Amino acid sequence: MSAAMDTESTYSGYSHYSGHSKKAHRQGRDRHKSPRSKDGSRSEKSVTIQTPPAEPLLGNDASRAEEGQDDNWGETTTAITGTSEHSISQEDIARISKDLEDSVGLDCKRYLGLTVAAVLGLLVFLTPIAFILLPQILWRDDLEPCGTVCEGLFISVAFKLLILLIGTWALFFRQPKADIPRVFVFRALLLVLIFLFVFSYWLFYGVRILDSKDTNYQGIVQYAVSLVDALLFIHYLAIVLLELRQLQPMFTVKVVRSTDGESRYYSLGHLSIQRAALVVLENYYRDFTVYNPALLTASKSRAAKHMAGLKVYNVDGPGNNASGQSRAMIAAAARRRDSSHNELYYEEADHERRVKKRRARLVVAVEEAFTHIKRLQAEEQQKAPGEMMDPREAAQAIFPSMARALQKYLRTTRQQQYHSMESILQHLSFCITNNMTPKAFLERYLNPGPTLQYDRDRWFSKQWTLVSEEAVTSGLQDGIVFVLKCLDFSLVVNVKKIPFIKLSEEFIDPKSHKFVLRLQSETSV
Amino acid sequence: PFYLFSFQQRIEIHKLRQGDNLILGFSIGGGIDQDPAQNPFSEDKTDKGIYVTRVTEGGPAEVAGLQIGDKIMQVNGWDMTMVTHDQARKRLTKRNEEVVRLLVTRQSLQKAVQQSMMS
Repeated sequence: MSAAMDTESTYSGYSHYSGHSKKAHRQGRDRHKSPRSKDGSRSEKSVTIQTPPAEPLLGNDASRAEEGQDDNWGETTTAITGTSEHSISQEDIARISKDLEDSVGLDCKRYLGLTVAAVLGLLVFLTPIAFILLPQILWRDDLEPCGTVCEGLFISVAFKLLILLIGTWALFFRQPKADIPRVFVFRALLLVLIFLFVFSYWLFYGVRILDSKDTNYQGIVQYAVSLVDALLFIHYLAIVLLELRQLQPMFTVKVVRSTDGESRYYSLGHLSIQRAALVVLENYYRDFTVYNPALLTASKSRAAKHMAGLKVYNVDGPGNNASGQSRAMIAAAARRRDSSHNELYYEEADHERRVKKRRARLVVAVEEAFTHIKRLQAEEQQKAPGEMMDPREAAQAIFPSMARALQKYLRTTRQQQYHSMESILQHLSFCITNNMTPKAFLERYLNPGPTLQYDRDRWFSKQWTLVSEEAVTSGLQDGIVFVLKCLDFSLVVNVKKIPFIKLSEEFIDPKSHKFVLRLQSETSV
Repeated sequence: PFYLFSFQQRIEIHKLRQGDNLILGFSIGGGIDQDPAQNPFSEDKTDKGIYVTRVTEGGPAEVAGLQIGDKIMQVNGWDMTMVTHDQARKRLTKRNEEVVRLLVTRQSLQKAVQQSMMS
């Protein structure tokens, strides 16, 4: 029964530390990820920051001119994301130092919980065996002989223990997916229940059997069997409480991202707020398009222009009427005729047109590039060994002809920092290997995809904080609102109960479908 | 101001012989077996009465003063407000009748001034 005692820390699903991978860091924009650590599925966020590497380009001279200025596809947007770049580097440091503090405490608490649960599980598992073996060891000679019945009971105990073992492994031995702030209430309750249960059995056993050296061995074995039966029932209770109860959907939650208003709806069952937050976050990585700070700059600049428009001067005297001033500002702003809506409209129409044009050029370029590649069949492979290329080389060969169009399109849609040249080449060779059409290759670039599709460096969202007015272990109720904050944006979650549906039936006799003609005829007389 | 009146009018139509038939020179619509909602001339769309839907130019009906949109209440004393379309046709086209006397209801707009002058 692992993963039971969860610890008190912020949810940092993907920033699990281990001590040996910290390196000195410098301020900069790139972060380089080290490969997976030993303890399985968590990749480390190491603190090495390197200067942008100068990648060796293809041997093709034509491409060199284009890629020369674009060694790093991510490095072209300094002008646009000025403020956020600064804030990121400062927040990086804050984040890193916080992680350093947390990591030590985090590991200890989590492992403590796991060890307690493991020890308890082992104890519980060995108890029936101990009940059966102790009399044999301690007062073997006094025991009544107990032939077939006892042997039958031994077999049943063995199989039940095996089933219990398999069931526990299936249900509880799972990789913990997340760190959540508070203990899981149901798991804690179950552990307490099991502990009390086993404790009372041991108490009874110790007093009535060990002390008095009971000689009725069959009774002792049956006592052990009853313990195993009861454990199986507790396992059933655990399944119902931990798994089945939350399967039936009872609530619909609406998740809205604060920066651009993208929203989704999910159905949840009876969960605690923290578990609901987990579900929402797991679905966030799959369903929401990736957070792109470059797309927010337009509205920010508009907002700045609104604020800068008016100034208030206090003419009447030294009285400092702050609220009156702000009201006057708002009223004046409302009255003034500004044409910023006009600007917005034309700007957006223009942008649309530009994007469509670039997209058309891109599609044509890619289609043309794909026509240069032809897959060799098996027989042909023996005939022309000289010119054969593997997918990677084929990708590198056709990449230059579409690189410029792709780069321009990505720049126009402000996605260029999400795709490095290396990742594009990899994707291209992947598509070539799997016989994909140009459209399938482009699917990844034409529309922004979910966060999972991109490199972890670009996620902007790894450490989450749950902000809630109710206790996070309390269950979901209608009307609860909680917020999942990460450094750059937050997700506002609104819970609504699924309405009680009154369904009644109505029987329609198939013979009751009759019709009549409605005419309006005109007759001349 | 204008008021919408309906007033009754007695109209006598002398049938015209055309070959083997006697024609009256107008068309009827309506009837209790028809859909009253599709009647363009009725004020109340549940009215299943017989209405004049067309009047041929120069025909006996026009000469007699029948107008389009008139509701036919009686034909030669027979009631026409609760008849089927075919029954209405038959009552109008009896072969042995040369003259039909209709009681029709007509709606018209009249000025209030005129009305008060008349009464």
